[in-house]
Amino acid sequence: MDLQTLWFAAVAVLWTGFLLLEGFDFGVAALLPVLGRTPADRHLMLRSIGPLWDGNEVWLITAAGAVFAAFPGWYATWLPALYLPFVIVLLGLIVRAVAFEWRHSSHDPRWDATWTHVITGGSLVAALGVGAALGATTLGLPIDGDGHRVGAAFAGVGWPAVLGALAILAFALVHGALFLALKTDGDVRLRARAFALRWSPVAALPLLVWAGLVHLRYGTPVTAVLWLIAASAVVLAWTRIRLDREGSAFAAWALMLVASAATIFGAAYPVVVPSTIDPAFDVTIGDASVSAYTLTVMTWVAAVGLPVVLAYQAWTYWVFRKRLTAEPQHETIGAEA
Amino acid sequence: MDVLDVARWQFGVTTVYHFLMVPLTIGLGLLVAVMHTMWVRTDKPEWLRMTRFWGRIYLINFVLGVATGLVQEFQFGLAWSEYSRFVGDVFGSLLAMEALLAFFLESTFLGLWIFGWGRIPKRVHLAALWAAVLGSVVSAYFIIAANSWMQHPVGVTMDGSGASAKPRLTSIGAVLTNNTALAAFSHAVVAALMAAGALLVGIGLWHLRRRKLANGWEGAGDSAVDHRVWRRSVRLGGWVSLAAFLLVALTGDWQGKLMYQQQPLKMSSAEALCETEAPASFSVFAWNKLGSNECDDVHSITVPGLLSFLAHSDFSTAVPGVNELQERYSEVYGATYPDDPARFGDKAGEPVDYQPVLAVTYWSFRLMVGMGAVLAAVAAYALWATRRGRVPTSRIGVYGALLAVGAPFLANATGWIFTEMGRQPFVVVPNPDVPVAQQIWFFTAQAVSPGVTAAEVWTSLITLTVVYGALAVVELGLISRFVRRGITTGDGAPTPTGTPDGPDRADSPDGATDGDDVLSFAY
Ligand code: HDD
Ligand code: HEM
Ligand code: HEM
Repeated sequence: MDLQTLWFAAVAVLWTGFLLLEGFDFGVAALLPVLGRTPADRHLMLRSIGPLWDGNEVWLITAAGAVFAAFPGWYATWLPALYLPFVIVLLGLIVRAVAFEWRHSSHDPRWDATWTHVITGGSLVAALGVGAALGATTLGLPIDGDGHRVGAAFAGVGWPAVLGALAILAFALVHGALFLALKTDGDVRLRARAFALRWSPVAALPLLVWAGLVHLRYGTPVTAVLWLIAASAVVLAWTRIRLDREGSAFAAWALMLVASAATIFGAAYPVVVPSTIDPAFDVTIGDASVSAYTLTVMTWVAAVGLPVVLAYQAWTYWVFRKRLTAEPQHETIGAEA
Repeated sequence: MDVLDVARWQFGVTTVYHFLMVPLTIGLGLLVAVMHTMWVRTDKPEWLRMTRFWGRIYLINFVLGVATGLVQEFQFGLAWSEYSRFVGDVFGSLLAMEALLAFFLESTFLGLWIFGWGRIPKRVHLAALWAAVLGSVVSAYFIIAANSWMQHPVGVTMDGSGASAKPRLTSIGAVLTNNTALAAFSHAVVAALMAAGALLVGIGLWHLRRRKLANGWEGAGDSAVDHRVWRRSVRLGGWVSLAAFLLVALTGDWQGKLMYQQQPLKMSSAEALCETEAPASFSVFAWNKLGSNECDDVHSITVPGLLSFLAHSDFSTAVPGVNELQERYSEVYGATYPDDPARFGDKAGEPVDYQPVLAVTYWSFRLMVGMGAVLAAVAAYALWATRRGRVPTSRIGVYGALLAVGAPFLANATGWIFTEMGRQPFVVVPNPDVPVAQQIWFFTAQAVSPGVTAAEVWTSLITLTVVYGALAVVELGLISRFVRRGITTGDGAPTPTGTPDGPDRADSPDGATDGDDVLSFAY
């Protein structure tokens, strides 16, 4: 495999890793008003992602950094074409990050409720926005031969973006519910399980449609197989939820995402930004890539760095593996409720 | 204003804002790690309380650093796409290394530290904090290596010719050991320690004074522990500030010498030195016709020979003036921008002004040094006033120290403003060590994203400024409330300085096993 292909794969892995990890914290945050009936429930839900969301978010930074490092032509075409949508995503992520911290700073229940809503809103915006950006970069942006956007600020937000947005949000909702079923106990766990059972078949649809479309446009027999794996994983996930097997349901749902992402990136390869104006303007990895030397340097850095990162991130998940339960809130923190 | 100006404002506003949090993350992170280490080694309750109190401030600040850092990561592509294309072979890899090698370390281990109280072995828990702090320092190194490459591009060769020519990386080692980067990195890290030192001194003195006036100071038991918390904070912060000021001056001098070789026009602009002088004198105070950027209008009070010394370690070396350099640059890099509207937009064919905005370079440099000196003086006062167990009650002294907390933040911001605005009109400054034919440079005017409209950048500039402003208000409010509350004891009861609403159980890390108290500590 040549280095450009390797880095295309690495970028795909980073985006997939980001969706897989931040996906559940987006989902849990978005489900706060749905599954969290009482302040104690919501507190429990937030505790389940508290130690993890920031580490998950770094996957986004690294994925964006890797696009810049390996394919500056992709980075420099994709971001300005979706300038305002990306700014909106960033705003969502900003308010969400500070809300995690600020919720706790006052004993006024309204203050807590406000910031809890901000966490939900920011996560919704971010999940939709990232999905839109990924949808557009695999199904098409209105760019000319120089990689510049044609049209007004939201010209990049066509149906591919809408499809991507729905796909990622729907995936994240069920993913978050399954995470809660796995990580918590009590009412929240039961409600999360019911939610996942009810919605997983529907929630998988936009993602499968998106992957299917990219496959139909550019696909190979391999991506057909990958797509079938993704579709079967939905069925598997659903049956596991029915059997109350939370661990394997979570794994099957994750497999659905991984197989869909593999279909999408595998089919789109080597195109990184397809043009809706003229296929001749498509940006490919060859146009967008850095030199062989830089790719070699980055390969070494990633070969050493990534396993270490994976090891210590896995270790933190293990440290915080205990199921959480909502306890009666005691004196010192009671005021927070 | 056209897209270029708005985009520059946006970069400036967001980056300066990000850099309000960064020094505190780096500096306070290091100091909290030291406090935590002292607690693990001595088991003294005051070190634990210090760790908890300052650790909480560190975290409040950290989150805002993360939130604003996200914008930074995407900005180069959003508003500066042509810059990103041009420098892609070098610059992106440094950002990616920062994310992979530093940000993961920071965020993962900080999560472990926050939620690990009482859950993981004491020493592992301490190691988690050190790992997070190391992450911050490593992150500073990579991002400054990226920035320094723009100031002094090394390890590259020019590929292609004409409009499509681009730098190609030939040696990552050269980029990572760029002398500009090593100097700037060491300078920025010690400057970050000044920010943390100032905070410890200001807040510590304020609490000491308040406790003394309330007659609850020293005392016995818990109260005595609290007294030691604030006293140690002042002493630690004071010594750190003084030592860091010394180091900041030494590393700054190193930077000055490099600047003389690498960016002479930045040097003479910092001094408002119009004509070449040998020996060159250092300007202490300058004034000119209001709003004029004409060097010859400047009058200044000077110290003879000092600038020669700063530039080249002796009192006689010639330092080239702005006027001479302007001419030299125009000859080599062109008196006008190339007449190519596709690449240079409105600036195509216009004359190039190689002189940065003098008022900005001159005064930002002086503010940086001056604010550092102000803090050093305040730190010396604090150390003197708290010598041998004393507690100052002077209103001016204590409130002055509180005010001086802002000084290192201003110094840090002006330091960057000087560095960044002093390199205009270039975004990548030519490296004078290589022959002109092989030099690499890039004008800011050609860096901006061509497809993005002024309306879009205005929208994002206004929204980001408003949101950042609102965040600042809430953040400062929360921090000052938290600071006023002080520390609370093991059973949640206030110490004599505190008010009863504190959920932080400063004394009971081991009792904090069940999430809730840990949460109130962090998220
Ligand atoms: C001298 C140090 C320094 C400088 C010049 C910058 N930063 Fe920064 N940055 C840090 C030092 C730092 C840090 C200490 O590592 C932070 C501050 C607070 C924090 O959470 O980590 C951080 C956070 C931070 C984050 C969030 C990391 C996370 O989620 O954990 C990003 C994406 C960036 N920065 C990116 C940038 C970019 C692209 C910059 C260039 C314009 C930049 N920073 C300037
Ligand atoms: C170390 C990482 C940094 C990098 C890679 C970087 C890069 C850049 C870039 C690409 C621009 C836009 C082009 C231009 O206007 O010249 C810029 C401008 C600017 N930066 Fe930085 N910067 C860094 C750090 C900082 C910091 C920490 C600050 C302030 C606290 C800062 C302050 C500014 C300002 C004020 C401008 C606008 C200057 C002007 O347009 O005249 N920079 N920088
Ligand atoms: C005491 C004497 C000081 C000297 C001689 C000095 C010197 C310098 C010089 C020459 C630069 C510009 C480097 C360049 O553009 O190439 C610089 C930048 C900077 N200074 Fe200072 N400085 C001093 C004090 C301080 C203080 C007190 C602080 C903050 C607390 C500070 C923070 C910064 C920062 C953040 C930058 C920009 C980043 C960098 O290039 O490192 N400096 N300083």
